[in-house]
Amino acid sequence: MSSNFILFLAGISLLICLAITPPKLQCQENPYIVTYDHYLEEPGNLEIEYFSTFGTQSAGNNFHAFWMEFEYGATAWWTTELYLDAQTTFGDSTVFTGVRWENRFRLLKYEHFINPVIYVEYEHKSAADKILKEVEGHDVELDFAESNAVLRKQHSNEIETKLILSSTYKGWNFSENTLAAKNLSNLPWEFGYALGFSRPLALKASAKRCSLCSQNFIAGAEMYGGLGDRYSFGLHDTSHYFAPVLAWNLPSDWSLRISSGFGLNDNSHRFVFRLGISREVSNFRSMVGKVLKGNQ
Amino acid sequence: MRPRLVIIALLLFIQLAASSWAQNAPSASKKKKSLYAEIGKAPVKARARQNPFENDPEAIAAGGNLYAQHCAECHGSKAEGRKRGPSLLVSEVQRAEPGAIFWILTNGVVRRDMPVWSKLPEPQRWQLVSFLKSLRSPSPTPVEKSSP
Repeated sequence: MSSNFILFLAGISLLICLAITPPKLQCQENPYIVTYDHYLEEPGNLEIEYFSTFGTQSAGNNFHAFWMEFEYGATAWWTTELYLDAQTTFGDSTVFTGVRWENRFRLLKYEHFINPVIYVEYEHKSAADKILKEVEGHDVELDFAESNAVLRKQHSNEIETKLILSSTYKGWNFSENTLAAKNLSNLPWEFGYALGFSRPLALKASAKRCSLCSQNFIAGAEMYGGLGDRYSFGLHDTSHYFAPVLAWNLPSDWSLRISSGFGLNDNSHRFVFRLGISREVSNFRSMVGKVLKGNQ
Repeated sequence: MRPRLVIIALLLFIQLAASSWAQNAPSASKKKKSLYAEIGKAPVKARARQNPFENDPEAIAAGGNLYAQHCAECHGSKAEGRKRGPSLLVSEVQRAEPGAIFWILTNGVVRRDMPVWSKLPEPQRWQLVSFLKSLRSPSPTPVEKSSP
């Protein structure tokens, strides 16, 4: 087991600790795993999330990629997130694959029919990264065919930007993301997209507090893929996925997300199953403030 | 993957969080006043909207649940106000048109840290308005009854 992998175990332990603290606030998560909508984290709150991705690999071994996500609402118009990524390739090994630092900025003061958000992310990752949090450029299934020992030696620093457009109409959310990523070692800009729609199963809240009420479930679907790079923009040698998604927002402060993704062409993994669990720590800012100031 | 990179990223994260925390600490009373002033910015069309659940006891109960889940942490369990969010029992809120409160819930006051709540479906936002309106002046009622 890699020493860095201990970080993940620490994260999971933290999640378990959160499970036994009393609930304060229910999060209202959209079910998307790749697509972003325009809703940011509530200011001062920290959301801790764990995601798993099980993927099939036609030329090579199947894999389980996983990441911890720490999402903090710095203000009502700025959310910042830290990701720690790792993966296990069955019959091979478990490796830590990278760190990401993501920022999302809400551009407009009021809600409009289309709401834009700017996304900027710095990634330091190895080629063994298999979380498929986004698909860009000419990313294809064959990229994962090499062993972890080979892939983990290739590191990259990347800046990724997205324009997130999102609308909410009569309970439906429609989100469109366009992606442009630049490897900082003189490689061309790469492009990608993600589209999603979702709706709660009930729009009215129940007068009773319940876990299985239909208002707590949000169902939808997302589609994402690469669009080539600056020199060969388009759909050739790219991979694309379609994934029905479901979120269950529990009154006990937890959210679960499930997604079954299907590759849409021969360059894609045939099946990608994802599972996410998250918990919101409300008033995190005040908690940190109290610790630093030594208040009660 | 070098552990020091993880540490640098963590430090950056903490630094940014701390800086935003420091930036967001204007005087509490100034912040509250400007938040109430936002209600007055609701467009006429938005103010004119009627609450489809007005006086519906089920909507008030559902709104109470939604309030406990999403609002109480900042505004207090009895809407009395806290450091993070102002009181919702004051006349600025209680005398406001339901449409104006609905507009604030939908748009938030993003520059003053009140998040956008349009992620809650429209009926749920109206249920919240029903609950907030049900909180108005609970104390004067018994006095009025006892007077001749």
